[in-house]
Amino acid sequence: MIHDGYIALFRENEALFQQNLPVWRKQMRNDAVVSLQNQNKATFADAYALDYGLNPQRLPFKGNPFSLFMCDIPGITTYNYLVLNDSFYAQPNLPALPAGVVICSLAQAFVQHADLLQPYISQLALQNPDVALNQLLAQDGMFLYVPDGVQLERPIQLVNMMYGTVDMMAVSHNVAIIGENAKAQVLVCDHAYGSEVSYLSNRLTQVFVGKNATYEHYKLESSSEKTTNVSTLQITQQEGSQVLSNLITLANGQTHNRVEVNLNGKGAHLSINGLGLGHNTERIENHTFINHNVDGATSNELFKYVLDYQAECDFYGLIKVLPDAQQTQAFQINRNLCLSKTARMFTRPQLEIYADDVKCNHGSTVGQLDENALFYMRARGIDPDEARMLLMFAFVHDVLDNVRIEPLKDRLQLLIERRLRGDKTHCNGCKICR
Amino acid sequence: MLEIVNLHAEVNGKEILRGINLSVKAGEVHAIMGPNGSGKSTLSAVLAGHPAFTVTQGSVTFNGKDLLAMPAEERSRAGLFLSFQYPVEIPGVSMVNFMRAAVNEHRKYKGQDPLTAGEFLKLMRAKKDIVELDNKLANRSVNEGFSGGEKKRNEIFQMAMLEPCLSILDETDSGLDIDALRIVANGVNQLKTPQNASIVITHYQRLLDYIVPDIVHILYKGRIVKTAGRELVAVLEEKGYDWIKQEVGE
Repeated sequence: MIHDGYIALFRENEALFQQNLPVWRKQMRNDAVVSLQNQNKATFADAYALDYGLNPQRLPFKGNPFSLFMCDIPGITTYNYLVLNDSFYAQPNLPALPAGVVICSLAQAFVQHADLLQPYISQLALQNPDVALNQLLAQDGMFLYVPDGVQLERPIQLVNMMYGTVDMMAVSHNVAIIGENAKAQVLVCDHAYGSEVSYLSNRLTQVFVGKNATYEHYKLESSSEKTTNVSTLQITQQEGSQVLSNLITLANGQTHNRVEVNLNGKGAHLSINGLGLGHNTERIENHTFINHNVDGATSNELFKYVLDYQAECDFYGLIKVLPDAQQTQAFQINRNLCLSKTARMFTRPQLEIYADDVKCNHGSTVGQLDENALFYMRARGIDPDEARMLLMFAFVHDVLDNVRIEPLKDRLQLLIERRLRGDKTHCNGCKICR
Repeated sequence: MLEIVNLHAEVNGKEILRGINLSVKAGEVHAIMGPNGSGKSTLSAVLAGHPAFTVTQGSVTFNGKDLLAMPAEERSRAGLFLSFQYPVEIPGVSMVNFMRAAVNEHRKYKGQDPLTAGEFLKLMRAKKDIVELDNKLANRSVNEGFSGGEKKRNEIFQMAMLEPCLSILDETDSGLDIDALRIVANGVNQLKTPQNASIVITHYQRLLDYIVPDIVHILYKGRIVKTAGRELVAVLEEKGYDWIKQEVGE
């Protein structure tokens, strides 16, 4: 559907989309309309070519939505939340959150915490078509607020679940505000129910990390071949904040991850990592934009892909060091393993440096498994398939080293191993896979 | 145990081995010596099943089986071991995972159950002492960041783990200082039994001072041109390979 179609849909259901919103958020919807009208129709239509059908009424799920999904990571205890298509659900009987912490539906937050949200959200730039579309149509998502000095010991798990019996589209918007000296870990799992229905999701997550705060963001996708997932993650970091972000795509259809990080304070550190396992005709795109806006911040970026069959994957990384950002340290690496002649990898590691006293590097490689290593292992009696497996696992290992939630790391090792072995497998959390 | 008859092999269309005949029996230690480029390493690679080499003629029988018909991994499981001249670094694969995969494949081949993690670690601890490797070995990546001496000791450690019936030591002495050479040679000697055999490939006498061969062969231009007892080593050391070149009429 071209953007005129989405704008028309919005106009037809304007009352519904605008209900219970503060004035400034309503204005953002209108700004989004203008932004979309200014988009290049041809490039926009590429991503949103099919008319999946959006449900502005957001009919509630009949029954317990948590019956659809039960996370099976052994030993992990999380605060568990669900965005089912486009609506937020909190698991009943969750243990109490530490004092002052808020985790609720974003729609509800617009009613109850509008003043808290305004300084953060109203600044959102709407030039990007994915973001503009999101802000035109998103009605819900997760809101997380961790006050100054509060450290959440338990990770927050947000499951984005696509569930339908006909082709459909869902849009959601998550906001996380992490106060000064606060700490939080968020695990976002993207899943899709069934393999026959085509899904399109557009999800925007904004994270604001306060001074000296620590924040970890894990995004794990295990969806279906007929799922198109457009996801934008924006992180703003203040002085001395430490952020770790991991984007792991195990199984998918078409995934476009865009990550924008603004390092706005001295001593802020970002570690951003990603892993893509491309099979069949899957497409995995990770586009990252890291802006060193002030002096003395550091960033470390590592993305790895393993591609097989006709998978087509794309990495784009831009690190921008602004004139005032002296003493920046920024490192970027993208490494890719192409296992078949028909798999295609596109990679563009880029640096734009406008300061003169910085330490930066970037690099990218595309290659095959090391034949000498394979022979060495076979000469010790190891089966060639097993040897390939060990080498592939070795290749992705340093990405996993950055996963700091131990039960998640153990589970990922298993899931990655199964995926590399070619098993048609998901994380077994969805009812349909169990 | 090993019977090589008229073996010819080539790489990229260039013939390197031009009719090798060699017979190794249980309990024997053979040394193969020869100048650079004579085909020593090619012979070891062909026996181990390296895919870059093509056998064009001849046969190799190993414990009654057609060795050349077996893929590299099966040759290893059947009891052939090659100690690499240049052991390969495999970043990200830990020694423990690498060796456990290898040992359990060997056990499967013999119809034995795989070792449990505990049993395996116990075995690894016992065997690493043979070549005086340190305790951190298990969690290090295969050969990554190992010194030249450690790499060669690691080869002998793997040999101790897999208990082959025929070991081929390809230039195991190259790059070793005298202490490492002694450790490696001691390791090899400890593993010697009346049931197994070794082929030691080397340029120099010094390794053969520690691993004493029963039979010494000289390989030159892809053929074994001379075979004798261990006294041949001393003759070579004194006269050099030019003497052999003269003997074969060059």
